[in-house]
Amino acid sequence: MRKSIPSLRGPAIVLAVLAFVFLMAPEFYTNHSVLLTMMTFMGLAQGLNLLYGFTGYLPFGYVGFFGTGAYATSLLVTFTGLPILVCVLGGGLAAALIALILGPLLRLSGAYFSIANLAASQIIYFIVANEDLKSITGGPYGIKIEQVYAPHASYLTMLALLLVVTALAAYFRLSRFGLGLKAMNQDPVSAAFAGVNVVRERLIVWLVSAAMAGMIGGTYAWDLSVFYPSAVFTLQISVFAIVFALFGGVGTVIGPLLGAAVLYMLYDGIGVSAPQYFELIYGALIVGLVLFLPNGLMSLLTRRRINVL
Amino acid sequence: MSSEPLLRLENVGKRFGGLTVLDQLSFSVHGGEIVGLVGPNGSGKTTTINVISGVHQADVGRVIFEGHEIQRLPSFRIAHRGINRSFQVPKCFREMSVRENVEVAATFANRGEVEIDGILEQVGLTSQADIQAGSLTVNQQKMLDLGRALATNPRILLVDEIGAGLNPAELGGIASLLTSLAARGIALIVVEHLLDFLNRITNRVIVLGAGRLLFEGPLKEASQDPEVVAAFIGG
Repeated sequence: MRKSIPSLRGPAIVLAVLAFVFLMAPEFYTNHSVLLTMMTFMGLAQGLNLLYGFTGYLPFGYVGFFGTGAYATSLLVTFTGLPILVCVLGGGLAAALIALILGPLLRLSGAYFSIANLAASQIIYFIVANEDLKSITGGPYGIKIEQVYAPHASYLTMLALLLVVTALAAYFRLSRFGLGLKAMNQDPVSAAFAGVNVVRERLIVWLVSAAMAGMIGGTYAWDLSVFYPSAVFTLQISVFAIVFALFGGVGTVIGPLLGAAVLYMLYDGIGVSAPQYFELIYGALIVGLVLFLPNGLMSLLTRRRINVL
Repeated sequence: MSSEPLLRLENVGKRFGGLTVLDQLSFSVHGGEIVGLVGPNGSGKTTTINVISGVHQADVGRVIFEGHEIQRLPSFRIAHRGINRSFQVPKCFREMSVRENVEVAATFANRGEVEIDGILEQVGLTSQADIQAGSLTVNQQKMLDLGRALATNPRILLVDEIGAGLNPAELGGIASLLTSLAARGIALIVVEHLLDFLNRITNRVIVLGAGRLLFEGPLKEASQDPEVVAAFIGG
């Protein structure tokens, strides 16, 4: 039996460093948008890691949950007037509800799951952006929630979500629940005979991962306060989350954070000013990653038998 | 051996499309008994194990374990109840250590305390405890499969072709292990093509042919049964 209580020191250090960096960063770097977007992508990469890193399901349509959260939060603000944090929570619940409806997709595997998930995210996008729903969602003209605009509060909320999603990754990595995930990720049939409720565990991770993307989307929308549907449903968001997570190393806690931080800084550094060079460097990095580091930056340590969180 | 069977199959049928794989199959197994399941390729041996263990659901009939119907239960619930299995092609958690493989089952089976070191010793993997399961030989992986199953404290163990590829000394070791498990009251259903091996460990075999039960009794008598002979060599 697993009797030893895993050390909580590692996760505590990671959370403390994250909190310190993003609480102090505005003192030295005043571009609020860059910092918030970096946290957004770190959170999304980590949220995607919850699903892909711990169950092996690669959700190409992860942006669908992000966009759902953004719109659900905005609609709750617009039509209910509830406190913004409740609306963000509602965004997470809406994304989890969509995930529950899409639950049967978990019967698929590999590329079939990824493509079906991608298609589902596009269906949500086309529903939200439909001109006929202009009076509700704003249709293709977007939505405004300027009445709740509060950049400092949305920044702190995004940081809190980043800490929560990272704590969840640590839980998945170190807990009894995580041991079951690790087993079923390697062999679901054998895991079932070890007594793991594979269907339930997968569904829980799927819902949690979707809810996190939804709340992150809701907070992103709160920070933007005015946006078009394409801004929160662009496939680039899924692609970034996937590449960032893979670059750092999925199935770890630190990997997706590191991958997102490094690649987003690169994107911010040259992607905006010289997009042609950025695409070149980005492409080369991805090719290099696939060829030489298929398990991400963290594998540089794990190959040397260094335990990483 | 108690008079009440631990496991009973009643008129179990299973079809895959137009192919009948199990046809009105009925038999029972008592605690502490080792039953051999034999038959030519495609006779339904592995499907029988798959139906008992919840990998496939029977189309008709009942599978009764300790007085309860289990034919609609998923595999993990069946494992929780006390039925477990090994696989013809071993299915271990390749990126986990040997010890972790056993630990997973001990943790999730909810079948009471188990001594992991004791299980590793039983299956002869003590010195490999800390290496990755994927680096074991196929035969060692089969033993690990068995160890993973034993870590769930099973009442019934379904053993699928564990003897294939083993040398006589290794077969002797497996035979001792299986008989010692039976002596502890565990019922074993052993699917095997190695008849000498089965003869050594079983008192009773069930012979299947085209999904039907052709014969039930001592292995030596099976070879004189005309239906069994016809199933194996045609006729």
